[in-house]
Amino acid sequence: MPAQDVQEIRQLVARRKRWDKVFAILGLLSMMVGVMTLLALIIDMGIDGGGRLSWDFFTSYPSRHAERAGILSAWVGTALVMLVTAAAAIPLGVMAGIYLEEYAPRNWLTNLIEINVTNLAAVPSIVYGLLALGLFVYQLDFGQSILSAGLTLALMILAVVIVVTREAIRGIPAAIREGSYALGATKWQTVKDHLLPYSMGRILTGIIIGMASAIGETAPLITMGALTFIAFLPPAPVESGFPYLSFDWLFAPFTVMPIQMFNWVSRPQAAFLENAAAAGFVLLGMTLAMNALAIWLRFRFRKRGNW
Amino acid sequence: MIPAHSRFARRPLRHWRERAIEGILFLAAFSAVATTIAIVAILVYESLGFFEHAPLWDFLTDTQWSILFAEKHYGILALISSTLVVTGVALLVAAPLGTIIAIYLSEFAPHKLQETIKPTLELLAGVPTVVYGYFALLLVTPVLQNFLPDLPGFNRLSAGIVIGVLIIPQLSSLSEDAMRAVPMALREASYAMGATRLQTAIKVVLPAAISGIVAAYILGISIAIGETMVVTVAAGQQPNFSWNPMEPGATITAYIAQVSLGDLPHGSLEYQSIFAAGLVLMIMTLTLNVTGHLVRRRFREVY
Repeated sequence: MPAQDVQEIRQLVARRKRWDKVFAILGLLSMMVGVMTLLALIIDMGIDGGGRLSWDFFTSYPSRHAERAGILSAWVGTALVMLVTAAAAIPLGVMAGIYLEEYAPRNWLTNLIEINVTNLAAVPSIVYGLLALGLFVYQLDFGQSILSAGLTLALMILAVVIVVTREAIRGIPAAIREGSYALGATKWQTVKDHLLPYSMGRILTGIIIGMASAIGETAPLITMGALTFIAFLPPAPVESGFPYLSFDWLFAPFTVMPIQMFNWVSRPQAAFLENAAAAGFVLLGMTLAMNALAIWLRFRFRKRGNW
Repeated sequence: MIPAHSRFARRPLRHWRERAIEGILFLAAFSAVATTIAIVAILVYESLGFFEHAPLWDFLTDTQWSILFAEKHYGILALISSTLVVTGVALLVAAPLGTIIAIYLSEFAPHKLQETIKPTLELLAGVPTVVYGYFALLLVTPVLQNFLPDLPGFNRLSAGIVIGVLIIPQLSSLSEDAMRAVPMALREASYAMGATRLQTAIKVVLPAAISGIVAAYILGISIAIGETMVVTVAAGQQPNFSWNPMEPGATITAYIAQVSLGDLPHGSLEYQSIFAAGLVLMIMTLTLNVTGHLVRRRFREVY
């Protein structure tokens, strides 16, 4: 080959390689947009609201005076709503996942259920709010209560729980099932003594992610008609007299953290925006911590190996 | 003959218990179907009441939406236009960034970097949307106003940009999955022909994964259309039929949220109108999701 051609090819290769580098830098920059956004969110909220974060902020009710307002009713509401959501979504979702993965015959009905699960994951969250308003609040007459809110969010994260349960169970090798059947176990015994315990960790990861998204969800609860200003707590779930447990709180009006934050954002006074930032900082901390926990757990389970 | 008290005797109870458990599990799985039926039934039922007052033709062609005023207009287009403008801006932000990130993560990034960047993007996806709304109103809009002095405090541009950032994680992770599914042999063949990484990525991997990438875009659009809090906080509350992103305007979702925040008597026209708006939203996202599903099936390259 003439030396001139070799020279040209070298130049060509060098030029192409340069484009490789340019793209690599572009890729890094694009990812930085994501990482920077996350940092900007945390820092911005920290700076704007950091001054409001004190013990009083967590133990005070919302108030017309911004400097005296707190998030007591909001975080209590969030905790109680999440309790209902977990109590409804986890058993329902895990059972549905077990059915679809272990029991369901291949027929049109199973197909229909699977299509519906995929579809529910893609329904906008505000539509769940409309469902709650029409069904829970008025048809079933639960009112704009903690129960309605918890059930709404449970339906919203149901698809996530079903999908992770299926994936977790699918990851268990057939040999485990066969070993159990060979010892004479029934299907349900196999599920409850083997499949479920072995897949618990992965299911838990999915549940944490689902709950984190439910904690931050605002739109369906606003649509359902949740109040934005609540200056009292729901009745306590534990009583001193017989029967010690009370379920009146299920039907109490409530507010939650993201709604409280939204309420403060939509006020024009700068002092309330500070409160909004502080509430946002707490909310962001809660959801990021839950997501980080889930990611770490998943990492742990992957490291422990696949059978 | 095995005596009845023996360990090896047939135990009919056990059989029935198994059947009962299977039945309960089936009911749990069927709750997904029941939820869909309930959503459709509620939306259609309340919308029917709405369309007794609002002529369907006006609903689809009128460009004004004023249910809350004395002189009523029922033109859903006023809300749809804002939804489309916000979604368009979001896609302009998310599509290039999401695709570049996906190509970079799947074809370029060293393993170590992947392991740290992907969880960070997942964290980004976990941020509550009301926090993004705060961000759009109080950080992005003021920054934009430095460049665009005429930009009003509420505008669809900043809401769209922030929604774009919000959908990047979903968009990039689904696109990346699609590109990872492309068999290694195709890349190796391309490298063997002397192609560089970038050439391989753009001319071989990208076309081979295009159905998955398009499906990811469609999912991103569907999330952007249904996003509520960012637009409720930052895009303005007045219905506004226009295609200018710099103007404020209420989207379908923002309208539903705004009406719900007020006093909403059961059965009133306002009450019914949010279900009609929800029905339109549901039809839009359902169409997109079905399209995404078909695209993935129809244009999938099988190896």
